[in-house]
Parts: sequence; structure tokens; C-alpha cells
Amino acid sequence: MTQGDRENAVASNLAIDNAELGSAEARLATALVGFKLRDNAFHLLTLAAAWTVLILLGGVIASLVVGSLPAIRAFGLNFLSTETWNPVTEKFGALAPIYGTIVTSLIAMAIAVPVGLGIAIFLTELCPYALRRPIGIAIELLAGIPSIIYGIWGLFVLAPFLQEHVQPGLISAFANVPVLSGLFAGPPYGIGVLTAGVILAIMVLPIVSAISRDVFETVPAVLKEAAHGVGCTTWEVVRSVVIPYTRVGLIGGVMLGLGRALGETMAVTFVIGNAHKISPSLLSPGTTISATIANEFTEAVGDLYTSALIELGLILFVITFFILAISRYLLMRLHQREGR
Amino acid sequence: MTGMNDVPDLAQGRAAEEAWTAGAPTLSNLKPKISVRDLNFYYGDSLALKSISVPLYAHKVTAFIGPSGCGKSTLLRVLNRMYDLYPNQRAEGEVILDGVNILRPEQDLNLLRARVGMVFQKPTPFPMSIHDNVAFGIKLYQKLPKAELRDRIEAALVQAALWGEVKDKLNASGLSLSGGQQQRLCIARTVALQPEVILLDEPCSALDPISTAKIEETIDELTENYTIAMVTHNMQQAARVSEHTAFMYLGELIEFGVTAQIFTSPEKKQTQNYITGRFG
Amino acid sequence: MAIYDTRLRRDKFYLGLCYASVVFGLGCLAIILATLLLEGVRGLSPVVFTQMTPPPGSGGGLLNAITGSLIMTFLGVALGTPLGMLAGTYMAEYGRHSKLTIVLRFINDILLSAPSIVIGLFVYEVMVVKMGHFSALAGAVSLAIIVVPVVVRTTEDMLLLVPDTLREAASALGLPRAIVIGMVAYRAARAGLITGVLLAIARISGETAPLLFTALNNQFFSTNLNAPMSSLPAVIFQFALSPYKEWQQLAWTGALLITLAVLVLSVAARVLQVRRPGK
Repeated sequence: MTQGDRENAVASNLAIDNAELGSAEARLATALVGFKLRDNAFHLLTLAAAWTVLILLGGVIASLVVGSLPAIRAFGLNFLSTETWNPVTEKFGALAPIYGTIVTSLIAMAIAVPVGLGIAIFLTELCPYALRRPIGIAIELLAGIPSIIYGIWGLFVLAPFLQEHVQPGLISAFANVPVLSGLFAGPPYGIGVLTAGVILAIMVLPIVSAISRDVFETVPAVLKEAAHGVGCTTWEVVRSVVIPYTRVGLIGGVMLGLGRALGETMAVTFVIGNAHKISPSLLSPGTTISATIANEFTEAVGDLYTSALIELGLILFVITFFILAISRYLLMRLHQREGR
Repeated sequence: MTGMNDVPDLAQGRAAEEAWTAGAPTLSNLKPKISVRDLNFYYGDSLALKSISVPLYAHKVTAFIGPSGCGKSTLLRVLNRMYDLYPNQRAEGEVILDGVNILRPEQDLNLLRARVGMVFQKPTPFPMSIHDNVAFGIKLYQKLPKAELRDRIEAALVQAALWGEVKDKLNASGLSLSGGQQQRLCIARTVALQPEVILLDEPCSALDPISTAKIEETIDELTENYTIAMVTHNMQQAARVSEHTAFMYLGELIEFGVTAQIFTSPEKKQTQNYITGRFG
Repeated sequence: MAIYDTRLRRDKFYLGLCYASVVFGLGCLAIILATLLLEGVRGLSPVVFTQMTPPPGSGGGLLNAITGSLIMTFLGVALGTPLGMLAGTYMAEYGRHSKLTIVLRFINDILLSAPSIVIGLFVYEVMVVKMGHFSALAGAVSLAIIVVPVVVRTTEDMLLLVPDTLREAASALGLPRAIVIGMVAYRAARAGLITGVLLAIARISGETAPLLFTALNNQFFSTNLNAPMSSLPAVIFQFALSPYKEWQQLAWTGALLITLAVLVLSVAARVLQVRRPGK
């Protein structure tokens, strides 16, 4: 008999015993039974809600799989290795979007990780106490700005800026460098893979910064003092003690940022140029999975076209799920270590 | 206040000679390595240390005792300017190390801390191997060939009475050691730098009795090369280990003297009360 | 002391980079907000709030877009918050140590950061296709699905902060679990729960991708839930990428409006966080 059953029994017995008396106790007893019912109902309600959320995820995956089936049947694994994207002949390949997604995200992380870490180090070691909260909030506001705002800003402000002031410089600087000249070649469009990467970096750096800052603050003060105590400079304390100590959490934060960068849609759609091809140069237009879907879904005619787009969505979801799961796992391990 | 100034108290020195039956120190030994003069310390606006003046004699262990919150750790942390890490803490007065006031703004803090090392209450091994922990400080200041580095590390671990226990697992993580071993690792790390002064902030309070005994032995041997200042809650430990003791209460230095005398016939009532356990 | 000098120089260099990072981050924020203000205010006038989106080449407003956003955001929050709160309540109260909670927390945090475009595809498959047409309701549902993980997370976190002693005191009075939760735990965590809702609203205010294939867009003013509905993000998407000057201007003004809403909500959420006694 569980606790609940015992309580039920007591309450019912009370109710029965006192029913004839019609006294205050009887009313209380009936009320108790009522309580129990309401309690159980509420319990069931919350349990149902919990399961619903879980099922929601399953539903998302399931519907994506079902929607992709026509495309999977038509193209099989070649979908992942074909660059062609031809709605007219109905030949679709995911290589260009996948390439674009990965490259833009890598560029984003290459910028966002050092900058985010730098901000976190600043906020935990260098910043005057009074400014910590305001600057921290300001950086987090960057994360709150909606993706489409980044998109419109990227298109009208960042892209022209890069086109006029940065890209020509990059092109001429690397013009004669053996391997890298291919990476920074071709007319300065302004929009393109590099620009998309930069926008993503700005969007993701608050995430890296916030999580890094949180994990930096878990380093025991006495450990940092011990490092100072042997004569370390502030940078040496950070590099030799703080960062190794928080390694797991930092990686978790970076992966979280990566997960977000991979799935970003609107900001990228505006500035990537939407060209279904892979070019070696970072300055040329390209596409990502989410940008392709955003641009083409509502105009997709034909089941195979739509299904190919949904299969792209499935691929994206699987990749981000994987990355986010690793991130979650690492951050969970960190919290466990703290005993939270 | 027993009115400590920076000149060694001759009367106390003679009393020490009479009090001790063996190995009585001569006057020439009683040279202060560090002289604290009129030190006031502030946390924000509140005064935590009031006009402290006390000598730390070279190659001796000076113990700081007193109830919780009396300022002993605060005083210790002035000696290597550890408080400098925190903007709202400041010190006024003088702390003379070998003739130089280390509280002066131009004082290079990293170099100071290489000369004045510190071991903390909680063992703080760095997240790296035992070898790297000990080598850490050395590598900051010197580029040594591998063999010489190995010798220095071994010497440090021997001085910390840890060599025998770890010589076969130098690549194991510092965190894999027991609490007492970790603390001795921290001591090894500190002596590897060959400092002149070692500050011990309640080094045994987190350890078991056996580790405590080992560390007390180590401290005794360390005085051969270093000047030691130790904060402790444990009066018996202070009596065992130190030659001089300072009793502090509510941010003030109440009494300073030869350990034996402080514990058998203290001059101040407050000292007497603390030692007999009336408070704190 | 060559080694020491190198160390000092290296210290200055890297710490200097840290300062530069902060300047970069704050600089980006300042430039983005400044641009929004400059470009958006230029088109700001009462017309924006009274006229509908115009055909290309003529002036107009954003009335239908604003209304559409308000309606779908409200619906999305109304649908998602109860579900999220109940699930979060289960995780913090009844099922605190159950396996379901552990799995759910893991899954929920992944959903939290999952690409929202995928959510749009999902709702497209299960609602738009089944219903045969785009609709505001589908849009609201997709927004609700984005709201749920946010609310679940904040509800669980806030409820877990309520000390158990409070719950025990209430139970000791003989109150049933449901009332302990409803009247004691919820009330104690109230500020935090509201913060969670505000954050959720801020989050979906700017969401575009899920709306693209659920509510689509609507040139005209409409409050019909069963038909496509306009929304600010969708309009911005269409207008910004167009070659028409008036449309681009409206896109900027719309962007300004969204950003203002998000900032106000975020600040409000922060203020509530501060008022809560000591986190």
C-alpha cells in the first residue's frame, strides 16, 4: 500500500464512520476525499503535460521523416553528395546547403569563441565591479535581438561596409599567397559566406560569453589566489588555471553556440546570396540549409521539391540535435561536479 | 599594547634566553625579515586592522593566534599583497621586507609573491600533474634544462616530505592525492620557487591528525631556509611549532612575544583569557 | 630579467585583446541599435499604425502586420504557457527525482535551442497540410511550440528555488499537494514565473522562420484565425529583400518596432529578477 492509498483509506473510513453523525468532522472527511481527488487530478494533469512535451519532440522528428520519405526514396544517400539543385528537372542534392551551413558556422565559431572568451575574461577578471552587471546585460542584449533584425542590418549595413572597406583589402592581401588566395578570391560582393559567418559570430558570441562567464565564476577564489601567490600575472592565472579548470563547461558553451549557429535562419538568409553552389572562395555567395528552406519552401511546386526541402530540414535537425546533446551532456557533467 | 617597534626588544630577547633551556637564540639571530609598522587595513570603509606593528624574525616561525574574525588571515594576506586582487580592500602603513616597503604603489607584485609564498587553508593543487604543479612556479622565472628542472622538483618534494610518496607517479594529476598530500604538494610548489618567506594560512585546519603531524614536521625543517608566518586556530599547534607568537583580537595586536612566555605567563589579561579558553 | 619582461608583455597583450573583445561586442550592439533608430524612426508616423501594408511603390503602414503579430503572439503564449508551466511543475514538484524528469530536462534544453525553422516545417506537416491552407492558428501553434521549452525551463528553475521548508510548512497544515503548489510554491516563485513568460514573449516576437510556412502573410487586414495572417517579421522579410524604397523603409520601421518590444520585455524581465530577494 502506498502512502496515497493509505491516506485514501483513512479519509474514506472517516467519511463513512462519520456520515451518520453529519457533524463538522464528516464534512471535513468528505472534503479530504475531495482534496485527494483534486490532488490526483492535478498530478495527472502535470504528468500529461510532461509527456506531451516529450511527445512533441518525437512528433517533430517523425513528421520530418515522413515528409522526407519521397525524397529519400528518390535520391537515397546521393542526396548528401550531390551539388545539383534543379527544381525544373527535379534533381536535388544537399551538398551545397550542407557545405554552406558548416562553413558559415565554422567561421562564426572562429570569431565568436575568442571574442566571447575575451569578454568573459574581462567580466570576471578585469572589469570594475560596478560595471560588471551593466556590461554583462548589454552583451546579453545582443543575444536577444531577433534574427531578422540581424538579417536586415547585415544586408543594408554590414554587407556594404565589408564590400567597400574589408573585402577589397582581403582580396589584395591574399592575392599572391599560394593556398589562401583561393579562399579570398573573386569580386567583392559584400554578401556571401564570409559575411554570413560574421553575422552569425555576432549572434553567437553572447552565448559563448555568458556560459564562459558562468563557468569562470565557479573557479574557487582560493585557487586563483594560489596562482597569483606564486607570482602569476593575471593572464597566466587565466590560461594556466581558470581555463583548464573550466574546460568541460567551456566546450559545452561553445557547442551550444555552434548548435545555434547551425540552425540560424533569417540572418543568414539575408546575407548569404542564395546560390546553390560550392565555391572555394569565402567571398562568394552560397547557401545554407535553413536559408534554402526559408527562401524556397513557399514556392516549391511538386511533392518531390517539397520533400527534398523537408529532408534538408531533417538533416539540419539531426545535426543540431547531436551537437546540442553533446553540449547538454558536458554542461550537465559540470553541474554535477559542483554538486548543484 | 606591548608597544612593538621595529627594533628587536632586548628585554624580551634576554627573557627568551632565560626561558629556554636549550638552544637559546642569541641577539644576532633576532633580525626581523619583515617589519610591519602601523598597518591599517580597510574593507571598503570599515577598518579591519588597527595600527598593527609586529616583526617577523628571520628563519623563525611566527604564529598568529586569536578568535575568528580577529584579522590574522587579513594580516597575512597583506604580507604578499594578495588583497590587491580586490578593489575595495586597501592597506595603509608600512610593511618592510629587507629594507623596502612592499606597500608602495611601484612594488612589482609578481616579483614580491615569488619571494613571499603562501599556502592556503584549503589545499589548492592546480589542475595538472604533480610534476607540472611543482614545476609551475619554476618555469615562470627560469628556463632550466630538463635534468636540472627534475632535480629542483625532487628537492622541493623532499622538502615538503612528499617525495617518497609520489616519486613513482609524478605524472598523476595533483587532484588524485589525499588532502594531506595535496597540502604538502602546495608546500612543495611554494618552496620550489625558493622564496624567502612562507605564509601559512591555517594550513592544517582541513586535514586529519596524521597529515597535520607530517606537515608540522615539515614546517620545522623549513625554518632552516625560510622565514615562516603561520596563522592557526589551534593553540597547541602554535605552541608546538613556533618560536614567536602574536595574539590578535578584533583587528588589534594584543600581545607579541616568545611563544613559551605567551603560553605560560602572558602579560595581558585578554591573552590569558583566550589561552585558557574563556572565549573564542 | 628577459623572461619576466616577456611575461609582462604577454600579459598586457592578451588582456588588451580582452578589452578589444568587449569594445567589439558593445560596439556591434551600439551600431545595430543606432542604425535601427536612425532608419526606423525616419518612417515612423501615425500612418504606420493606421494603414495596411501597401502594394509595391506606394506608401502605407503596418497595421495588419502589427495586429497579426499581436494576435499570434498572444495566442502562442496563451497556448504554450499553460503546457509549459504544467510540465515544469511536474518536473519540480511531483516528479522531481523521476526518470521522466531527467529525460525531459535533457530534451527540453535541446528543444530550447533547436532551429525554429524545423518547428515551422513540423506544424506545416501536421496542420497546414491537413487543413489544406495556411492559417494564423497554425502560426500561433508554431509559436506556442517555441514558447513551451522556455516556460518549462524557467518554471522548473523557479519552483526549484522555492525552499522545501515552505512546502513542508503548508503540508503540515493539512493542505493537499495541489494547493501547496498552487498557493504556496507558485506564489513564492511568481516573479520568476512571470519573468519566464516575458522572456518567452521576447523570444517569439522576432521569430520569422516558423511563421513563413504556417501563417504565411496577408496583404490585408484580417483577424481570421483560419486564414493566412500578416506578421511583422514576415512583412520585414518580404519588404527588405524587395527593390522598392517604400517597402524597405517600412521594413526598417517594423524592425525598430520589434526591437523596441523585445528590449522593453527583456528589461522588464531583468527588473523583475532584481526585485526578487537575492538569487
